[in-house]
Amino acid sequence: MAAIYSLYIINKSGGLIFYKDYGLQGRMDTNDSLRLASLWHSMHAISQQLSPIPGCAGIELLEADTFDLHCFQSLTGTKFFVVSEPGTQNMENLLKHIYELYTDYVLKNPFYEMEMPIRCELFDINLAQAIQKDRVSYLGR
Amino acid sequence: MAPAVPRSGDAIFANVERVNAELFTLTYGAIVRQLLTDLEEVDEVNKQLDQMGYNIGIRLIDEFLAKSNVTRCVDFRETAEVIAKVGFKMFLGVTASVTNWDTEGTCCSLILDDNPLVDFVELPDTCQGLYYCNILSGVVRGALEMVSMKTEVTWVRDMLRGDDAFELQVKLLKQVPEEYPYKDDE
Repeated sequence: MAAIYSLYIINKSGGLIFYKDYGLQGRMDTNDSLRLASLWHSMHAISQQLSPIPGCAGIELLEADTFDLHCFQSLTGTKFFVVSEPGTQNMENLLKHIYELYTDYVLKNPFYEMEMPIRCELFDINLAQAIQKDRVSYLGR
Repeated sequence: MAPAVPRSGDAIFANVERVNAELFTLTYGAIVRQLLTDLEEVDEVNKQLDQMGYNIGIRLIDEFLAKSNVTRCVDFRETAEVIAKVGFKMFLGVTASVTNWDTEGTCCSLILDDNPLVDFVELPDTCQGLYYCNILSGVVRGALEMVSMKTEVTWVRDMLRGDDAFELQVKLLKQVPEEYPYKDDE
């Protein structure tokens, strides 16, 4: 049982730079994930304009019958969002932690080009550890 | 979930991994010397240092935001204070003070208390036009550009050139908010 189904990272222009599937169902191929990422980027931007409250920072949580979508946007415009089981707790902290892993293992890699797809092994390894730790603590609750 | 409290520069600086300050000073000195050998023109070296700083700044800003938990600054005054008190402390271990605000609040000076880059450094007569610490101006410019602020960052006073302090002038040229995918007139 996976609490997290998938993780997406999109750059400030809405392009998908990282996608990881953890679920057993609902796996997507590359084209679908790219399309979904740009859809989410647009929806996020539209939600900021639709908001009745000025200074809205966009959608943080989307709750549906079969999943929750938690989104974190850094002040630099990079969005981290995770599709999880309904009612999963602690996703904001996980997203913040993933942001820190991104700043360490992706941005500090001098061979990583900004805004390009992430192909950093250290990031993958540390991300897997973080997700695993979250899964373990989730099962322990 | 309660929003995370912004951390002070001291707290973050205490928690990050440190490196020998002399290694840092020597490495930076080696970079400047190599650039002078390769490019020969002092103006070119200044430009290259600024470009290197820019490339650092665009990556450093996310690290800064992740570790310090600062929220969006309401105005440029707050931005300058955050750079001086949290940013410089976190990465260089020194604090800066913010002074010389202009009437519109778009231009200010950051005066560094201390500058680890210039320990043991003296500029020879052949390099009199060199802004030795120009990498710092690039870093600030790059970092601010990633949070939608176009700025011009220049050295007003430089102790290696005979002045009494290190003064960095930061001028906000314009705020460039993010473009939305859909515009009404399209």
